[in-house]
Amino acid sequence: MSRRPYVREVPRTTWFFKHPRYMRYMAREVTCIFIGIYTVILLVGLARLSEGPAQYEGFLEALRQPGSVLFHLLALAFSLYNTFTWFNVAPKALPVQVGDEHWPDSVVSGGHYVVWVGLSLFIRFWAGVL
Amino acid sequence: MAKSNKPIIWGTFAAGGTLTAFVTPVLMVLTLLAATGHLPEMLGYDKLHAFAAGWFGKLVIFVILFLSLWSQAHRLRCTFYDFGARADTLVAITVYALAGVGSIATLVYLARL
Amino acid sequence: MTENRMGTRQVELEVLRYNPETDQEPKFQRFTVPCVNEWCVLDALNYLKDNLDSTLSYRWSCHMQVCGSCGMMINGEPKLACKAMLRDYAGVIRVEPLSHFPIERDLVSVADDFMAKLKRVKPYLIPGEKRTLADGEYKQTPAQLERYKKYAMCINCMLCYAACPEYGLTPKFIGPAAISLAHRYNQDSRDGGRDERQEEIATSEGVWECTFVGACSDVCPKHVDPASALQQVKVASTVDWYLEHFMSWVKK
Ligand code: SF4
Ligand code: FES
Repeated sequence: MSRRPYVREVPRTTWFFKHPRYMRYMAREVTCIFIGIYTVILLVGLARLSEGPAQYEGFLEALRQPGSVLFHLLALAFSLYNTFTWFNVAPKALPVQVGDEHWPDSVVSGGHYVVWVGLSLFIRFWAGVL
Repeated sequence: MAKSNKPIIWGTFAAGGTLTAFVTPVLMVLTLLAATGHLPEMLGYDKLHAFAAGWFGKLVIFVILFLSLWSQAHRLRCTFYDFGARADTLVAITVYALAGVGSIATLVYLARL
Repeated sequence: MTENRMGTRQVELEVLRYNPETDQEPKFQRFTVPCVNEWCVLDALNYLKDNLDSTLSYRWSCHMQVCGSCGMMINGEPKLACKAMLRDYAGVIRVEPLSHFPIERDLVSVADDFMAKLKRVKPYLIPGEKRTLADGEYKQTPAQLERYKKYAMCINCMLCYAACPEYGLTPKFIGPAAISLAHRYNQDSRDGGRDERQEEIATSEGVWECTFVGACSDVCPKHVDPASALQQVKVASTVDWYLEHFMSWVKK
């Protein structure tokens, strides 16, 4: 009897269509495009801020373009998705064991959510938005 | 097989991923308000300049931009690979170079404030 | 269907067949198998082999989710055939050998790659402190056991490899189960072999090939949660790296 194992190649560019969980994973990964672009926007804002009031005003003007509003909405959706996926798996990377037991995952994740809501409210308040 | 030097980047990815998870959404809400004409008080030139000119403000801004840049650059590198682009070294050099340039630019702008 | 617990049902099985001596490539073959509702997919395959087509090849042994040999793709999902209950499936059930592994014959996949990787990570106790028989047993508290217990549940069924896209794309990746087992021993209070294992798993073929898809943990029949083991290995390896490079004077 001869061995002739048959190898099934994984299609490099389309593999993630094969299963919904792969699609969810890729959705998480592409959040980096939106958060990355947003970081560059913040960087540009910082540059304009360092150049003077007129330049900074120009930056705020650019922010008000319809395209910018649209980008913000999209980016916010992806960014929230990033937050949820990050918190939901946080207990895997940082399990908390006290005595003979591990804390349930829901407690570790839940703690993240609580801190997140508190911090977000605090930053809004700091920025003068009530 | 030698141990990998990935940890140096992964450290910033883990820290930056955590940071962006916690603060990026609310920052987006603030700039979205600015974009729709409801400029939050703190984002006005005078107040923001005063904040960013202080050492604490500089530190906060640097940490946020630095970690966001490096963590998203690293994830972008993995994403390229997942989409089938196998020139990993080239991708890595490009995205990390961009993150490096962004980090230096941040420092320069902060110094000018 | 569920009302009639011991009732029978004709199950349509679509089985991927491959005979290395005659076939150029695998192809599906349809069978109609008279089944009892409370059967698992493995029972259906056994009926098929005993009564309909004795040439069908597949692996199994325990029929109780312990031996780890009956892993296969059932409707596209890596499953133990002895754990997949027919009552949970409607319509045609598609059965294929585990993804990402070469097919030896029919539903039998080639496990050589996994076996070699398992060996590399030294998944056994390397005592930290040598003791003679006269010194007595190695003692461990419940808290010390809890540190690694879930990672000790692995039955080497390879479902996690079939689920992991990074393994599919980059077969040299040591993969979820082997790294989880390395972590299991690293976490064991009696063990002193971590440095040796790190040489294998803290490498680019090791844990750094993982992008935390998390599919391994979704499919593991023993709730090993390999994804958590790999993240913890990353965190620990990162701490190692910073210590080695920036604080070489700190004794590990
Ligand atoms: S970790 Fe789970 S899925 Fe992977 S080989 Fe072990 S028991 Fe099977
Ligand atoms: S036959 Fe042993 S695990 Fe299924």
